Amino acid sequence: MPVDKRDDVTDRYIQISDLHKTFHSHGSSLQVLKGINLTVRKGEIFGIIGFSGAGKSTLARCINRLETPDSGSIKVGGVDILSLSKKELLRERKKIGMIFQTFNLFESKNVYRNIAYPLEISGIPKAEIRRRVLETAELVGLSDKLDAYPGGLSGGQKQRVGIARALVNRPELLLSDEATSALDPQTTLQILDLLKEINRATGITILMITHELDAIRYTCERMAVLEDGKITEVGSVREIFSNPHSRTGALFAQVFTEFQQTMEMENGSGI
Amino acid sequence: MSLLDTPLWEVIKGSFAPEIWVRLAPAILETLYMTALSSAIMLVFGLLLGILLTVTNPDGLVPMKILYAGSGWLINCLRSLPQMIMIILMIPVARLLFGKSYGTNACIIAIAASCIPMYARIVESSLLEISKGKIEAAKSIGSTNFQIIFRVLLPETLPSLIRGFTVAVIAVISMTALAGMFGAGGIGDIAVRFGYQRFQHDVLFASVYVLIILVQLVQWIGNFTSKQILKKRNLI
Repeated sequence: MPVDKRDDVTDRYIQISDLHKTFHSHGSSLQVLKGINLTVRKGEIFGIIGFSGAGKSTLARCINRLETPDSGSIKVGGVDILSLSKKELLRERKKIGMIFQTFNLFESKNVYRNIAYPLEISGIPKAEIRRRVLETAELVGLSDKLDAYPGGLSGGQKQRVGIARALVNRPELLLSDEATSALDPQTTLQILDLLKEINRATGITILMITHELDAIRYTCERMAVLEDGKITEVGSVREIFSNPHSRTGALFAQVFTEFQQTMEMENGSGI
Repeated sequence: MSLLDTPLWEVIKGSFAPEIWVRLAPAILETLYMTALSSAIMLVFGLLLGILLTVTNPDGLVPMKILYAGSGWLINCLRSLPQMIMIILMIPVARLLFGKSYGTNACIIAIAASCIPMYARIVESSLLEISKGKIEAAKSIGSTNFQIIFRVLLPETLPSLIRGFTVAVIAVISMTALAGMFGAGGIGDIAVRFGYQRFQHDVLFASVYVLIILVQLVQWIGNFTSKQILKKRNLI
């Protein structure tokens, strides 16, 4: 596998160039990604914002090849994702964690077995699995819920299980596909705090896909705006909110400002 | 005792007579034997076929158009045969396998041939119930297709698979009764020979009790097990 120079790998940890994807169904086709170029640095929390249908999820799903793009290239840590063989892909996916809006936990397994699953399928010894599961459960604050089944957990707890399951393989990259969109504001904040803390503690790169303004503002250093299958803006969160160029960016910034003003009026202070 | 010359009440009372049950006992065992063996065969092949249908589905794990369409077509063909015709069709097959075209074992082939396609369809519909998200999560973790099927797909849909199996076992029981007409023995055979041909309605009633109890029991076990699993998973 081609590996770039070390600095390049750090600065351009994820490198996506000219990515295209079109969905075909029943004779009609929908162009979802129209030439995406994007670079994400190692260890940062990078946000991608856009309205529903903009192609955010498809973009994220191309990175671990849940979706196969039509053309373009994706490199993660120097590894060319699109040229991997099936076997190599399975190995690479173990290094890329993913969390979902609907959590997608295994309801037939308790919390312990959910977190243990990624290790079990890799044939890791039981004692080692136990050690890593307990360690990861501790990290996400689930140590007292290991015997519970997902059916009995709250949304926030479910997402913690999802995060633990995604982290137990110690990946270098976490894809977060609308991970807080099904949670109430308070729980959202707790999950975002957890992600920030994990990022700080482990140096994991997090790619956060969301339509929630606050989530991005609260968590990310840099962001991109995805509009109609194209990246219309990339930069620091502050830059984009204060000086938006694209339609989506402007709309978001406007909503954001109005929201801020309302909060100020209500609380007599900013958020 | 016949309803032709004895009042209903007397026949019902007579149906509990020990000599009837002595005659019925071996038939009950034959029915249980046929049901258990046919159900086991049906379970194995129905599951495999159901998994094949789900996995090769155009939206499945490994879309394979020809295999999917082919197995679907075969299943539909087999399912369009009435059970009685299946029994007659399987006579030469049984002769080939056992050297005997009648008897309990011969009929198990016909029962399996008739019930496997049905159970395969039930399995397919259970497996399709799983949310796509769970499969995606398993994929994103780096699971092989084999791991997805046996560690995610089957365990996640287990309660539904059990309920479907219950329905299928009851269909097997009803078919064993039909097979009784074709020399398979069992309760169906007793009901035909005594209840139908000799008007011994007390014997007929007794076999009806057995069938009712058997089906109720199977249904209860199926419901109970699937409910226990759902309870354990905190889903009800």
